[in-house]
Order: sequence, then C-alpha cells, then structure tokens
Amino acid sequence: MHKDNQPLVFELSREGRVGHSVPVLDVPEVDLASILPAQFIREEAAELPELAELDIMRHYTALSRRNHGVDSGFYPLGSCTMKYNPKMNETAARMPGFANIHPLQDEETVQGALELMYDLQEHLIEITGMDEVTLQPAAGAHGEWTALMMIRAFHEANGDTQRTKVLVPDSAHGTNPASAAVAGFDTVTIATAENGLVDLEDLRSKVGDDTAALMLTNPNTLGLFEEDILEIADIVHSVGGKVYYDGANLNAVMSKARPGDMGFDCVHLNLHKTFTGPHGGGGPGSGPVGVKADLIPFLPKPVLVKTEEGTFHFDYDRPQTIGRVKPYYGNFGINVRAYTYIRTMGPDGLKAVTENAVINANYMMRRLQPFYELPYDRHCKHEFVLSGSRQKKLGVRTLDIAKRLLDFGYHPPTTYFPLNVEEGLMIEPTETEAKETLDAFCDAMIQIAKEAEENPEIVQEAPHTTVIKRLDETLAARKPVLRYEKA
Amino acid sequence: MKHRYLPMTEQDQKEMLETIGVSSVDELFADIPERVRFQGEYNIKPAKTESALLKELAGLAKKNANTDEYASFLGAGVYDHYKPVVVDHVISRSEFYTAYTPYQPEISQGELQAIFEFQTMIAELTGMDLANSSMYDGGTALAEAGMLAAGSTRKSKILVSEAVHPIAKDVVKTYAYGQSIEVVEVKATNGVTDLAELEAQIDDNTAAVMVQYPNFYGQLEDVTKVSELVHAVKGLSIVSSNPLALASITPPGKMGADITVGDAQPFGIPESFGGPHCGYFATTKKLMRKVPGRLVGETLDEEGRRGYVLTLQAREQHIRREKATSNICSNQALNALAASVAMTALGKQGIREMASQNIVKTYYAKQQFEAAGFTVAFDGAHFNEIVVDVKTNVTALNKLLLAQGFIGGFDLGRVDEKLQNHTLVCVTEQRTKEEIDAFVQATAAQVAEMEAHHA
Repeated sequence: MHKDNQPLVFELSREGRVGHSVPVLDVPEVDLASILPAQFIREEAAELPELAELDIMRHYTALSRRNHGVDSGFYPLGSCTMKYNPKMNETAARMPGFANIHPLQDEETVQGALELMYDLQEHLIEITGMDEVTLQPAAGAHGEWTALMMIRAFHEANGDTQRTKVLVPDSAHGTNPASAAVAGFDTVTIATAENGLVDLEDLRSKVGDDTAALMLTNPNTLGLFEEDILEIADIVHSVGGKVYYDGANLNAVMSKARPGDMGFDCVHLNLHKTFTGPHGGGGPGSGPVGVKADLIPFLPKPVLVKTEEGTFHFDYDRPQTIGRVKPYYGNFGINVRAYTYIRTMGPDGLKAVTENAVINANYMMRRLQPFYELPYDRHCKHEFVLSGSRQKKLGVRTLDIAKRLLDFGYHPPTTYFPLNVEEGLMIEPTETEAKETLDAFCDAMIQIAKEAEENPEIVQEAPHTTVIKRLDETLAARKPVLRYEKA
Repeated sequence: MKHRYLPMTEQDQKEMLETIGVSSVDELFADIPERVRFQGEYNIKPAKTESALLKELAGLAKKNANTDEYASFLGAGVYDHYKPVVVDHVISRSEFYTAYTPYQPEISQGELQAIFEFQTMIAELTGMDLANSSMYDGGTALAEAGMLAAGSTRKSKILVSEAVHPIAKDVVKTYAYGQSIEVVEVKATNGVTDLAELEAQIDDNTAAVMVQYPNFYGQLEDVTKVSELVHAVKGLSIVSSNPLALASITPPGKMGADITVGDAQPFGIPESFGGPHCGYFATTKKLMRKVPGRLVGETLDEEGRRGYVLTLQAREQHIRREKATSNICSNQALNALAASVAMTALGKQGIREMASQNIVKTYYAKQQFEAAGFTVAFDGAHFNEIVVDVKTNVTALNKLLLAQGFIGGFDLGRVDEKLQNHTLVCVTEQRTKEEIDAFVQATAAQVAEMEAHHA
C-alpha cells in the first residue's frame, strides 16, 4: 500500500467544479433579498469543497482503502462482537417502502413498517425472556440510560426516592457508570472475586434501602458466566433493588440462558452487535430495552400496540411513561437489518450462533494459553481475556502487541480492558470466522510472543506495514486541530 | 442444517473440542446453573431462505406509502431531499460500514479523515469554531446541549421556545429530568419566540435558552437578540438548526450562538421512518473540552506524516465513567460519512442553490395557497415550511389527498390545541411546480367538498 497521504477533500477542491445534479428551478425566480430581511441573508458562503463526481468517488475510495472492516479481515475486538454483516440486511433496509417513509405519516400508511417493528419486538421478547420491549433507544449506552430512567421512575412511583445508588462491578463497561450518572444516580463499585466473578460478600455489604439497581453483564467482561446469578439477583431484590442486564454479551448465551430467567428485571440489547446491524465505523446502532411486567408502565412513549383487528398503532396515552428518549421510534433502518438477520437464522440458527461463538473462543484461548498469561483459567463464553504481563517483563507492552498484529493484517483485540486485568487483551472471535482464520491469527500471536523474547524491537516499533506509523496522541490533545483551515 | 453465515464443519468442531479438551459442546455451558438454563430452542419463526425472506420483506415494504410513489409535502423535522447517488455507493463500501469505532488509527485513517472532513463542513455551515463527529439525532443533540449548559454554568434552568420541535422538546424534558434540570417553555407569538416573554422569564438561574432556527413552523428566529438576552445572565445560547438552511441564511455562529445542534438528515440520508439520521453538535473553542461524543483531531506520526486520531478522550464516558456528563458512545458515524459525501457532491455552489430553491419554492406555494383563498398563518421570513389554515381537520384531509398521490403536511392540531385545522406544509427542491400546483388545487377541492359535506 502506498504511504502518501490522501489529501483532504478541501485540498482537492477547484473553484467552479460541480458534483451534483440539483433539480432545475421551475417556479418563478425570486431574489432572496426581496423575501428575507437582510439580517437573515448569509453573507459568506460555507467553504464546502468543489469536485466533479469521479474525483469524489476516487477520494472516498482512497479513504476506504485506508480503513479496515470485517470484510477486509479478522476483527477479534473483544466486547464488540465483530461478526459478519450480511449483505441481505443492506438490501432489505434499502427497500423504498422502508427507506423512504416519513415517521409522521398517518399510521394507516405505514402498517408494514409497524408490523415489522412489532414482530421484531415479539422475537426480542422471546430471546430475552422479558415481557415487553421498546425499540426507541439509538444505541447500547442510550438503552442503558433508558432502562435506568425507568427504574428511577419505578422507585419514585413507589415513594422510594431515597434509592439513589446504582451498583456496578469494577469490570463493567465504562458506559455503565456514565449512564447511571446521566440518569441522576451515584455509582457504587462492586469488587471482582479471585475467580473472576462478582464478589458476593462485597455485594452484600453494599446493598441497602438506597439501592436502586445493580448493572451486570452475564457472561461478564472477562467472558465468564456469573454462576451465582440467582443469588446475586436475590441479594438485590431482597432490598428492593432492580437488576439490569447489559446485553453487550448476549452472543454468548442465546438459546442457553435468558436474562428474564436469570432474575433480571430489564435488559438492553445491541442490535449492531449480536444481531449484525453493521457498526458503520462507530454507528448508527440500535439499543432496544426489554422489561419485566412491573416496569411496563414506565416505558418510553409511544408504545407500539396491536389492535384486536390485527392492525398496529402507537399508544401515547401512557401516564407513567418516562417520556421520549429519542425522536420518533428508534433507528428503524438498523431494526430492519436485525429483523432480517433473526428471520434468516431462525431458532436453530441462533442456537448454533452461540455454540459456535463459544467453541471458537475456547479454542483460541487454549491455543494461546501456553504463550500468554491467562488470568482466569476456566471455560470462557464468547470471549476471553489474556494478560500481556509476561511480555511486559520483556519490555513489550500490550499496546505493542496490538500494533504488531496490524502488520499481519488483523484488527487487534480490545486492549487494557477490563480494567481489573493487567495489560489486558480481550479476544472475541465470533461464530462467523472459519477455523483457518482463527489458526492463522493464533499463529501470528504465537510468533509475536516469540518475537517479544528474541527480537522485541520489531514489536516495540510496530506497525511496519501500515499507511501511517504510530500517531502522536499527546500532540493531538495538547494542540487540538479539529477542522481544516485554509492556509 | 448448515447455515451460510456459519463456517464451522463437523470436522472443525471435532478438532476444536479436542484442543479445548472437552467431549461435547454442552460441557462449555456446564457453568450455567440448571435452574436458569434454557431448554430447547426459542419459540420464534423458523429460518427462511434468502429469496423467500426477501419476498416476504418486500411484501411488508409494499404496504408503506413511500416518497418514490407519492409527492410528499410532509417535513416537520424529516425531509425528502435530493440524494446524490454517489452517497449510497460510498457508504456501501464495506471497509467503511463493517468497521468499528476507529480505535486503531493506523488502520482507520479513512474513517478518521472522513470524520475530520465532516467536522469541518459542519463547522463551516453553522459558523461555529468546531463540531463533533455526530450525535444520535437532532433531538438528543439538543438535550445533550442543555446538559452541557447546565453543567458548565452550574445553573439548573433551561428556557425552551414553544417554537422548538415538540418531539425534540419531549426528549429534552426526559434528559433534563435525569439531571434535575428545570425546563420552562417560552411562548411563541405569531410563529416566533416571544422576545418580551423571554426577557421576562430569563433570570440568574438560566443556564441556557433553546430556540430552533428555522423553527418548527418554518419561521426564522431573531437568534442575535436571543443570544444577547441570555448572555446578559451568563447563560448559553443554544440553537437547533436545519444545516441545509444555513447554506442560505445567516449561521448561528454569526448570531451569538454558543452551541448549534441539529440533524444532518437533509444531506443524503433517507427518511427511514425516523432513523437512523445524524445529529450534529457544533460549539465554540471555549466549550471544546466539554463537548459530548467523539472528536477527531489532526496530528503527526513518528515519521512526521499527517494523520488523524480520536482526541480529547478525557471528556468521554469510557475514561470519566461515573464522573461523565454524557454517556454517548456509539454515534452515527456511517451517516456522518453519508452527509459528508452529500455535502461534497453539493459543493459550495450546489448547497446554496438547493437551500435557496427551498425558500423560493415554499414562497411560491405560499402565494398559490393564498391565491386559492387560504390563510397562511405567520408572516415572518420562512425556510421550507409554512403553516396553512385549511379550516378543516388536517388528518381527514390528508387521507383524501393520499388517494390523489400526495402525502400531506403535518397536522399541527396533533401537538397544539390552538392550531387545530392548521397544516405544516413543506416544499423542498424535490417538489416540481406541477406537483405544487396540483397539491394546492387538490387541497382546495377537498376542503370545499368537506365543507359542503358538513354544511
């Protein structure tokens, strides 16, 4: 790959070039000055680039070649479930009857869209073991916050305004405590025991009548199933708190254990992870929330209902609702993709998804165990966490290992997470990867472990083959340049 | 049965289980307590093949009236605009859409640079110093702006103009409740924020004033005056703007806005029944370190080459955790890319042409409605929406218009008792003179018929 910079689109601009085909004005022309007061007329044009169509395509094609996606190569980024994004999903979401409909059209004119949403909700209810689902949240963190707002409304409706604390394990995703803060709660951190699971004693000592909820993902971020889940739920329920399931790791337990059967009161799902809505370079996602019956009154409005006649409509008459969390009804386009995926897999397919994802992760873990520290040596679920502590003693950090993997054409695992593992490397292969791919990646990891012993510089100075070397992040933060300015 | 997304063969599985040291898959799930173990398979619809499922989905899609088949005069925050064909070709490149957030800059320069370009274009259009890499949508972006204002001014009251989109207002209220921020509405008079009311309600505890520009009724607000009033009490001026309009009208950055937010849906993003769209968040250098979401910055690599990275991450939820003031993580990156491509294709001239056509065509429609005997409410300057009094129930009228091939305007009676029988009509560059004439004529004919029927 050539290493020349791709110029910014602004640097490619030449005055007078056109890349559009805006409709021709067919009503009488009017001088804006005659209908707009002078104060509203923009004086200086916004400096957007001017390129002809081929040069636009070449620019973005060049940028795409400087980007790694799942279709480019293996992407074992732990906790992100970088599985294959089916092309059929894209075809479905682009059907004019889904893409070109307006959210404020008369309900009678969008019955097909509502039927799809309703059926998706029904499927997610069965998959999670919950009683009702809302599709409104736009992403995982948004779903977390939505669920916490419902829990808050539930407690307030019961007069329990003193429930101001949300318990979060120290291994949790950063969004958990952040969502709790945004929902107006204080966070209490729960320790992880030596076996990698929630420390029950610590939990017991921290619950009380100020507990609003416990946020938990199961399997946890170490890829381990919380075996004491029923006891955990009991501890929290016994003091009147709610138990919240972070669905980021659902890929590990589909058809094996449902949040609703494990004692959870609510759950958010990442349809852009488990259910193949693409990640899009950071979004858009979709973060539906499922709840048990006693939280239903607090769902965001509107709630989609099916009438006795079999038609669908939005119910706005929800006196206890937390309100709207997002304009309209959620990221419909992503929900169409997730629905397409679920209907493609069916019940047997979703079961195979989880089984294959778990086999893949355990297989890689055992192949890599002789070469890297495995802090929690037991069967994992869909992902596992290695520690780069042995390599660190040789002067090679996890960051270096990650950068060296780039030279082999791989996206590295999630690094330095969860926070309770030193030099963590969190690997999630997913079920859509073939054994040869896993083997080739393991071979590269093993080679890097050997390089760390024999030739550490090659790892420390990686990457060697990418279009750009390691970037100076301190400079970026110290002297922020967040936009192009004409020289 | 083998599935096309699952490559594991029986032979693979056998070898892998051997390496793991177990004799069956079930052993890997033995840590799930019997009492919570799910037995059997989900009770969901059986799998369908590709062609069978596409056929079923096409059947569902066909039940929806869409803008390929109907001439739409419905806007109210989501618009039917010209979408340059190149947009979908670019965002269909799977190097973009199958990538995660660009955590590894060495293999994500494409995405990072595209976002840096997006930030620049949004900053240009809004006249602000800088913009982030996107928010979920315009409504949540507005809510996050309010939270930023309350946090940075340490005040707890936000004044929201009545002429802000009612759905966005709902979202603001939900977020504000979580943060114990009081939201007070300032009434609108003649379709714009009542400045005398605003002045009366503003006080030392006002963290921010929120207006929309062009506002929910399509009218242009005196943002300069609003900014002056709120700055006098050291609060922030927050403006929600349709970024397309800003190609023609004075940008909020030149009118004293501290934060400008909105939705970039008009730039190449399908209506998609309300999402995914593309919120944007633009602000001043002063507030740079408080911006929610991701920011891409320019820097250098070890060999002095220019490159791009996610920056100022100390602001973000994964670092701040319980001290975070925003929890946004995933955003709308792919749609930000779509908007960038559309803004690039439109270019400096095309975007002005398109924005000005919206004003001119809406003005034409206004004249036609008036010529047909309708009263157009509110006489201030407008962008691409006007409020027409049709003297009859708008939802009922729209049903009749649908039969003639039109998706009618938004029934304002649904959100405001005072605006019963008023329709919010949107005219974009997509609507031809022929369609506008036919729509006005059909509306007049239907209204006459409905009145005759009631007489």
